[in-house]
Amino acid sequence: MISQFFILSSKGDPLIYKDFRGDSGGRDVAELFYRKLTGLPGDESPVVMHHEGRHFIHIRHSGLYLVVTTSENVSPFGLLELLSRLATLLGDYCGSLGEGTISRNVALVYELLDEVLDYGYVQTTSTEMLKNFIQTEAVVSKPFSLFDLSSVGLFGAETQQSKVAPSSAASRPVLSSRSDQSQKNEVFLDVVERLSVLIASNGSLLKVDVQGEIRLKSFLPSGSEMRIGLTEEFCVGKSELRGEEKGSVSPWGYGPGIRVDEVSFHSSVNLDEFESHRILRLQPPQGELTVMRYQLSDDLPSPLPFRLFPSVQWDRGSGRLQVYLKLRCDLPLKSQALNVRLHLPLPRGVVSLSQELSSPEQKAELAEGALCWDLPRVQGGSQLSGLFQMDVPRLPGPPSHGLSTSTPPLGLGPTSLSFELPRHTCSGLQVRFLRLSFRPCGNANPHKWVRHLSHSDAYVIRI
Amino acid sequence: MPYLGSEDVVKELKKALCNPHIQADRLRYRNVIQRVIRMSKLDQWGQAEVLNFLLRYQPRSEEELFDILNLLDSFLKSGSPGVVMGATKLFLILAKKFPHVQTDVLVRVKGPLLAACSSESRELCFVALCHVRQILHSLPGHFSSHYKKFFCSYSEPHYIKLQKVEVLCELVNDENVQQVLEELRGYCTDVSADFAQAAIFAIGGIARTYTDQCVQILTELLGLQQEHITTVVVQTFRDLVWLCPQCTEAVCQALPGCEENIQDSEGKQALIWLLGVHGERIPNAPYVLEDFVENVKSETFPAVKMELLTALLRLFLSRPAECQDMLGRLLYYCIEEEKDMAVRDRGLFYYRLLLVGIDEVKRILCSPKSDPTLGLLEDPAERPVNSWASDFNTLVPVYGKSRWATISKCQGAERCGPELPKTSSFAASGPLIPEENKERVEELPDSGALMLVPNLQLTADYFEKTWLSLKVAHQQVLPWQGEFHPDTLQMALQVVNIQTIAMSRAGARPWKAYLSAQDDTGCLFLTELLLKPENSEMQISVKQNETRTETLNSFISVLETVIGTIEEIKS
Repeated sequence: MISQFFILSSKGDPLIYKDFRGDSGGRDVAELFYRKLTGLPGDESPVVMHHEGRHFIHIRHSGLYLVVTTSENVSPFGLLELLSRLATLLGDYCGSLGEGTISRNVALVYELLDEVLDYGYVQTTSTEMLKNFIQTEAVVSKPFSLFDLSSVGLFGAETQQSKVAPSSAASRPVLSSRSDQSQKNEVFLDVVERLSVLIASNGSLLKVDVQGEIRLKSFLPSGSEMRIGLTEEFCVGKSELRGEEKGSVSPWGYGPGIRVDEVSFHSSVNLDEFESHRILRLQPPQGELTVMRYQLSDDLPSPLPFRLFPSVQWDRGSGRLQVYLKLRCDLPLKSQALNVRLHLPLPRGVVSLSQELSSPEQKAELAEGALCWDLPRVQGGSQLSGLFQMDVPRLPGPPSHGLSTSTPPLGLGPTSLSFELPRHTCSGLQVRFLRLSFRPCGNANPHKWVRHLSHSDAYVIRI
Repeated sequence: MPYLGSEDVVKELKKALCNPHIQADRLRYRNVIQRVIRMSKLDQWGQAEVLNFLLRYQPRSEEELFDILNLLDSFLKSGSPGVVMGATKLFLILAKKFPHVQTDVLVRVKGPLLAACSSESRELCFVALCHVRQILHSLPGHFSSHYKKFFCSYSEPHYIKLQKVEVLCELVNDENVQQVLEELRGYCTDVSADFAQAAIFAIGGIARTYTDQCVQILTELLGLQQEHITTVVVQTFRDLVWLCPQCTEAVCQALPGCEENIQDSEGKQALIWLLGVHGERIPNAPYVLEDFVENVKSETFPAVKMELLTALLRLFLSRPAECQDMLGRLLYYCIEEEKDMAVRDRGLFYYRLLLVGIDEVKRILCSPKSDPTLGLLEDPAERPVNSWASDFNTLVPVYGKSRWATISKCQGAERCGPELPKTSSFAASGPLIPEENKERVEELPDSGALMLVPNLQLTADYFEKTWLSLKVAHQQVLPWQGEFHPDTLQMALQVVNIQTIAMSRAGARPWKAYLSAQDDTGCLFLTELLLKPENSEMQISVKQNETRTETLNSFISVLETVIGTIEEIKS
């Protein structure tokens, strides 16, 4: 099974090294891995590499390389799963996963590894079980500071929206409460969706794909039961429309139905009440957990968040390229999109850029043969525009056809957008309520934070 | 033994898989296996481990097989990709005689695989894509309706994009060809030259089926006048013209003008070949070639010069008036000034050929200009699921078959070390062997009362002398499929006290091995194993220095068992 496990920093320095079986190489294996990784030809995948009878399998997580070596022909799915589980586990125990936290908590990490893996075989990765064996306390990095927003992760804080985080939860170790009883009982529930979209040049929608998951991070003592209520109109599969049972006129029931193609639940989720009331029951272990994953394609209940109306004018003779982009945000009026970035690849050899943008907080620049247009904040229902003029001195092509608007030069586009949509899910799925069945310590009601977020995976619009 | 959740789980497993008494009792074995499957408290790692163990179990009857499949059904719905893939593999292997069950399983695993393909973890995504390709080799239409899932996004790393392009290329069908080609065309202008070229080659691959649309796209790409694109397009054209002669006309019309944008050796060779073979349809072919002849002195690649010689001679045959003069100049240069021996020899060869007479040249150079049948040969035929079922959920699809072959070859030498205890254990306690073999091995000592002497020392000379002096006492043929490791065989034979005197190296054809053994009465058994790949069987010839039929028979059955076991372990 697994011969060695090591963690490298993004620069290749070994942070953690553990040999489980003593059957291969020494510490320099880590160096060898990094050399092989950096020297790899572009068309080969670095995920699995081979060197003298040893396979290296790694994942990248928060800038770190988590690597295992093995000499056997193992299941790649299983190993990758183990690696990402280890990453979550280390994050739970050390607060957050990063170069700093790992090097501050070396003893704890080794202790964990000793318990998780024995002679290269997985023993257990459950937080519940491990809690009984781990003695070392995590060294927490530094107190939360309002000015240092980089330490605020996904949980409990919205990146730019509210500059006050509810607590330093994101970088708090799950199990350090032994000495520190005063810490709040908190539970964080995130509904996160990734959106990938492809829109043809005539504006027709070619592909929509939503990958969603409900993630839970719990600091509650284990054993407390939790009920998560999802939107009642939630249904799975193409044919099942729950509205019909209710006998209403519209097949969608009361509101728009929330339909997804496929759902999978974590094995600890009890689905007794799911069929009737769309309630998930579970007893979450402390730490991070993905409660539910779902996918939805081709059929969105709400309009797409963005539409782009480009117009391109191109004068072959003088090499002048003029791109006018109008971006319309179709979110509900109260919502907004953050950190919107538009990326438009340009033909080779573009030299100068002049721009007219519709508001001062926007920014546009040329980077790596592409135009990047940054819009820090876009309000729902608003419309923004930008006019960009570029010179393409040696734009290839047959001699001048004069001003052409119909055929954009090859090498222009497709546009891709990246953005975050706080408090918005594209599928429409909402968490109705989050209830805890019994009060854990009696001292205070646990704090519950529920958050909805969508962000772009690939939002491509052809020109 | 890994920790599998709780004490009794471990107990069950140990009972099931390590105790020969239970394995001997079929009913008990079966019950234990079923209990193991039913264990509920396992976490995902335990489940994966159990699925792995179960690969060794062979159900007795069809009924039992379907019982097991039903019990395992929930594993296919697990949320952990490792468990789902492990279960899929087990299903594929257990149901190897039921293709419809296999197809069914592959339909059910579609969802989890596609989810993994669009997973946030790039590494998982890559591995899943490799497995999708593996499935596509057997079931080409399997993912066709999900083609959109395999469109690349610009933020993905290179290796994922390349895999996705390959997948797109393989799942194309009448319904999605338009959309897939449109998407691929977008990639051709990507900033990364490697990715752009991969996309162009992919279009070239699709062109074998959908020629017209693809040739049109490729022709448009030439209009970009970018070096890295033009060179790949021309190479694609060359391969295409050879396989699909119907597109020759379109290609010939697209070619003029692209010589200005080709600088690298591969592209030049492709262009020159096209000009030579189809020169009579391209009006300016001689003038393009003339440019090359003018600049031949500064040409750095010998391969280009060779191609130029052949092409010009071919063109000379169809358009002599325009080519005669420059052919003379080129031949003169190649023979008198060229320093590369291969080019000079080629020049001399053509010169002498011309001396023999033009008819002779025509007879030799005017070979067919296309060979559509080659496409059929190159086209990977649909492989049966069983050919890769045992590779599913291993590193083989991730590396690719050919790379895996080189890896396991260079590993072969090291391997016999660590694998040794495993292979030898099958005769002793044998958790590895399916029960039938087990019984056979156990029966042996009683049956013939044959006791082979351990540590027999026999020199190769003595063996050879004895071998030549004796007559074949017994000859027999055993079925044998595919590759195997001679080391494994040697180890196995050693366990039953048969020594290997000599054997060919792994992979040699025909493969031979000479074995010797001696029983406690001093009777020598000399054996030759002969493996010819084409008849896929192993021929065994045994010689004996004292003629005794009953010991001979028991010796042969020992040999048969060992070879049979290895054959089964391997498959």
